[in-house]
Parts: sequence; C-alpha cells; structure tokens
Amino acid sequence: MDYVWDFGSVWEYRAALWTGLINTVRIFAICFVTGLSLGLMMGLARYSVRRWLRWPAACFIEFFRNTPVLVQIFWFYFAFPILAPFEISALMAAALGITLNSAAFSAEIFRGGIQSIDPGQWEAGRAIGMRHREIMARIILPQAVRRMLPALTNRGIEIFKMTTLASAIAYADVLHQARLIASVNYNPIEAYTVVAIAFFVILYPIVRATYVLERRMAKGD
Amino acid sequence: MSENPILTIRDLHKSFGDNHVLRGIDLDVKQGDCIAILGASGSGKSTFLRCLNFMETPSDGEITHAGKTIGTVRAGKPRHYPEAELTKVRQKVGMVFQQFNLFPHMTVLGNVIEGLRIVQGMDKASAQTRAHDELARVGLAEKANEYPSRLSGGQKQRVAIARALALAPDLMLFDEPTSALDPELVGEVLNVIRGIADEGRTMLLVTHEVGFAYHVANRVIFMADGVIQEEGPPEQVLKNPQNPRTQAFLARHKQFEF
Repeated sequence: MDYVWDFGSVWEYRAALWTGLINTVRIFAICFVTGLSLGLMMGLARYSVRRWLRWPAACFIEFFRNTPVLVQIFWFYFAFPILAPFEISALMAAALGITLNSAAFSAEIFRGGIQSIDPGQWEAGRAIGMRHREIMARIILPQAVRRMLPALTNRGIEIFKMTTLASAIAYADVLHQARLIASVNYNPIEAYTVVAIAFFVILYPIVRATYVLERRMAKGD
Repeated sequence: MSENPILTIRDLHKSFGDNHVLRGIDLDVKQGDCIAILGASGSGKSTFLRCLNFMETPSDGEITHAGKTIGTVRAGKPRHYPEAELTKVRQKVGMVFQQFNLFPHMTVLGNVIEGLRIVQGMDKASAQTRAHDELARVGLAEKANEYPSRLSGGQKQRVAIARALALAPDLMLFDEPTSALDPELVGEVLNVIRGIADEGRTMLLVTHEVGFAYHVANRVIFMADGVIQEEGPPEQVLKNPQNPRTQAFLARHKQFEF
C-alpha cells in the first residue's frame, strides 16, 4: 500500500464539515428531546390503569420497534407528501423517523424502570392519600429515572449515531457534507475517516462518563 | 362522646381469583378502641386490615367510615370505589406496613411532609412544624435531615409511624409492624405504638406479639379461615379462650415461654 494520506484537502473544506456537524447536533437535539419525551408518555400510557391508553401505546411501540428507521425516514420523505397536501423537509422527515423509533425504544426503558420499583412504594403513596398520578410523578419516576440513567444515556448515543441516516435523504449533516467533499476531491478515505473520528471524539467521553455514573449509582443503591 | 363507631364492617369478603381469603367479616370499631388481630399466617388477617384502607378492593360487603359507606353501588356489578373517595378515606385511615415503605429518595422530613404538602396542600412552614412534632413524638426529631438508608429498621418504622400520624388520622392500621425487625429493635417500635394507644387513638394492629396484645389492646380478635373465630377483651380471649382454634394457636405461641 503506497496510499498517500492527504487530510489537507479535507481541512480546506472544514467550514462545510462544521456546518454539517452543527446540523448533526441540531437533529440530534430535536430527536433526543422529543424522542425521550414521547417515549416517557408512551411508557406511562402502556403502564396506565386505563385500557384505552394501554393498547394504542403497545401498538405504537411494537410498530416502530420492528420497522427499520431508514424505511421510516424514506416513508416520511417520499411517501408522506404524496398522501398529504404539503411538502416535508429532509430535517422534518429524518427527525420524525428517528424520534418515533427512539420513542418506541425509550418507552420500553421507562416501562421497565417504572416496573422495577417496589410495589410497596405505590402502597405507601396510596396509604397517605396520594393519587395515582401524584405517586407516579413524585415517588416512582424520581426513583426509576435514577435507575434508568445508564440505559437512557445509551439511547442518547444510539440516537446520535442514527442521525447519519438523515444523509440518505440529503439532509446536510456531517456525513452528507463529507460525501460532498469526497466527491469533489476524490478523497473518500480522508473525508469519512474524519467523520468517524469526529463521532468517536464526541461520544467516547460521554460513554466514559456513563461508566462512572453507573458505578456511582451501584454504590448509592 | 358519641357511641357511633368510627368504622363499621359488614359481611366483608375478599377473593384473589379462586382463593376466597375473607369469608364474611363483621366488626364495629369504636372511638378509642385498640384492637389486636391475631391468627396464623394465611388466616386472612393482613388482607382484612388492607381492605380497611382499600389497599385491597373488597370483593363484597360494606365498609362504613365515620357514618359514610364507602363506594357506590352499581346494579349487577361489584361496588365501585372511585379514587377521589378513597384518597379522602385514606387520609383518615393511616397505615403502617411491615416493610416500612419509606420513600428512599426523600429525607426523613421529606417523607413526613409529603402527605401534608401534596395531599392536604398545607404550606411548607406549617407542614414542617407538624412533621417535626410528629418526629419528636417518635423520638427522631434529630434525624429529620437524614435519608432512610442511614436509619436502622426500628428508626425507619418509627418514621413510617410519624408519616402516617402527620395526617391526623382518626384510625391507625398497623400491619405486622415489627415482623421485619431484628429482635432487639422490636421494643422501641412497640413502645411508640403503645404511646399512641395510651393517647386514646383508635387503632387496629395485626401482630404476632401476643404479650403486647395482652397489655395494650382493649379487644382481641382471633382469625382463621377468613373469619373471626373469637373476639373479646384480652383477658378473655388470651387467658381463657373458648374456641379450640384459638386455644391451639395460643398454645403454639406460648410453647417456649418461661
């Protein structure tokens, strides 16, 4: 192998990559916040005392857990505008697909976390006259979220990586920008290496922090 | 003082699937009563107690609290117990659990003020004052800012008692409050319960502490097979039981006394 590495050509286009990175962070932030919020609602609905809330939530979770995110993104981008009378941006389509998928997965995390709490906690809340909703908000969720933190962090990391799927419908994320740079300069090796390194540099410290957090939680229990 | 009972229980039944645990219980609980409920495990005594603040939903029968029969009758269906009605009753019927069930993410003070703040909407300062009084009553005022994980089992149970008392209930239910405790910690909890009984508070207590029942209760109930087998003053039920089941139960409990 006598390949000559030339990162200079990527460096020249750093502004484009930076824009891509900002867009990646933007779609991540949207998907993380809406995905986990919707996931919490779905998890609660699935654990609700009301049957008419339980089964739609179960359907939602199973549907979006068992279909590929890329298919969902394509569907929202290419199929949805044919059925509905309005255009949908690449950001919107990608964010929808990733959000719904993340909601389905995090709903299971929330449900598991909620169910892991000792039923005695529910009884203690009921015994002092608290309502179901008050017990959930003040007694169960604060304890459950503490237990779920590692799992939710993992979900966040998954979402961050999933955002690259948006490049498939030409959303200008960091991967899309790298592909442009590669096609202009014929330097795919350098361009994609930089993208991989960028992801690693951002995510690895977060993963390390999760380990520390996990260990501290284990001690706290 | 009126002789109207605080609690009237009529033909109370509870089934879990095919398991008919309570088979028709009638009882009047009067102001100032301290009723000890004895019985072997599986006799239904805990289930009975748990029906009284609706931790378990009765399958049949009526519970009347302070003159008001709880729940609404629906034609052809089991009695319906709306949450709003139960939350009101539960504030008046305090419960202490075998496993304490303190909220581990709140301080001792936080545990005691939770019901006052969230359920009764009391302002923070008043709730804290009330909570401190209740903690002082159970001898734990200085632990107010500790988390439950730092307390002994006996201390946890005393906090649980303070948490229930804070809401000023007119009836207290104790579900085997000392069964989860190391033997050397049983005394401190029983002393607190005795203090509460001596104040004239109305209470029902499921217990295995026959001696405590004898000294503190004014009425003793012996349960077996989901019904009350024998009921009366402790002197009568514990010293001179008439029912052969009661006699056998007490003989087992006194086997190793010296």
